Amino acid sequence: MKKYFGELFTGAKSLIEGMIITIKAFFSPVVTVQYPREKNIIPDAYRGHVVMVLNEKTGEHKCIACGTCERACPSNCFKILTEKKEGEKKKTLTAFYLDFTKCSLCGICVESCPVGAIEYSNEYNLAGFTKEEFHYDLLKCLKETSC
Amino acid sequence: MDFIANLPPHFFRIPIALTLVISLVFINALIMVYLERKIAGHMQFRLGPMEVGWHGLLQTAIDAVKLMSKQLIVPDKAHTRLFRIAPLLAFTPAVLPFAVMPFAPNLQAVDINIGVIFIIAMASLNVMAIFVAGWASNNKYALLGAMRSVSQNIAYEIPVLLSLLSAVFVVGSFSLGDIVGYQGKIWLFIVQPLAFLIYFVSSVAETNRAPFDLPEAESELTAGFHTEYSGMAFALFFLGEYTEMFVVSSIATAVFLGGWHGFPLPFFEYSSVVWFLLKTYFLMFLMIWFRWTFPRVRFDQLLNFSWKYLIPFSLVNLLITAVVVKL
Repeated sequence: MKKYFGELFTGAKSLIEGMIITIKAFFSPVVTVQYPREKNIIPDAYRGHVVMVLNEKTGEHKCIACGTCERACPSNCFKILTEKKEGEKKKTLTAFYLDFTKCSLCGICVESCPVGAIEYSNEYNLAGFTKEEFHYDLLKCLKETSC
Repeated sequence: MDFIANLPPHFFRIPIALTLVISLVFINALIMVYLERKIAGHMQFRLGPMEVGWHGLLQTAIDAVKLMSKQLIVPDKAHTRLFRIAPLLAFTPAVLPFAVMPFAPNLQAVDINIGVIFIIAMASLNVMAIFVAGWASNNKYALLGAMRSVSQNIAYEIPVLLSLLSAVFVVGSFSLGDIVGYQGKIWLFIVQPLAFLIYFVSSVAETNRAPFDLPEAESELTAGFHTEYSGMAFALFFLGEYTEMFVVSSIATAVFLGGWHGFPLPFFEYSSVVWFLLKTYFLMFLMIWFRWTFPRVRFDQLLNFSWKYLIPFSLVNLLITAVVVKL
């Protein structure tokens, strides 16, 4: 008899507890983000594909065309084209190709750069139909401010 | 004109009432499906339907259009005639109880003196529709769902009847008009709290809703008795379920929660209807709340709960009521 009523009371109590939890959830704020219309804030440490840093003083990139990143990359993602103009001492950058399909976002390129010319981007909206869509020319990206 | 004037009043009253009732049933289903999905969403920190119309208001209307445009597939080895009849059988009895429902003092199609019994009889016809559907589908899941539904409804019909009977004992009439009229002074919910509780729990089981949704337990039986149904046939079962919800909630309102009684609201000339619907929809909100809180019970738990707890308690309650009324 004790067990019979005990079960009834513990059962009823647990049911009421459950209902309190759901009604609290009902009145608490929604966690859904309506994606195309609302977006989450991307944390600073997010690793998107690398982009070139803009030097705010000159309005140009910081790259000195040394090719360290090209050599440091374990996956051979970079291809850097340079030319030496007449009368100038240093080489200048003409194209900075990134093959993002090979990149594993390890970050050795960012670390190895002696002048801090490349950094991670916040770009996460990536989708495409061909591999070639992920072959970027980062120099062009910097000028057009989009990839 | 003499001819029309000589017709009995029910000749006009019943068709008008039925038209209103059927439109009420469809509107109720539209509202309830929307509310169910919205409330379910918010109870799980989601938003629910948001895309079609303002905050997804037109979602259910669009779903209804989609269901209507779908083909009705009859399985090869199904019993074609029974298979076609079953959805109608599920829908029609669910509509009929509204004929005797007292929505307001003057808003009741017919006040028959056995109103409560009529409603219970119509509500229990729904089981037969489910069984016919399960049998005619020639599908093992459908049949298992139907069998579960029948044993569940047999187990839960008894506490429903007994708890309503204790309310009837207090009032001394089966007519819903009389029962509501009696509650002008005090609601039967206060006189018979246990009967109300038993009635409400068992009526959730009667409507085959969670946590008693074993006949359509999707994780075990795909969709139970309506596994083979598509398009509008499925929609009729769905409509029947939501109408059944409305029916059991409005019986609970009429018998236990004072029906259309309530203090007059400002700006509403017909505040009694508003009160009736407010109470009914509050009970339906409770049902939705149950559904999104409680996990589905196991079959032995389901039957144990009815035979070990609900039926003895309602019998004792009935006995005490009878003794008190006699004294």
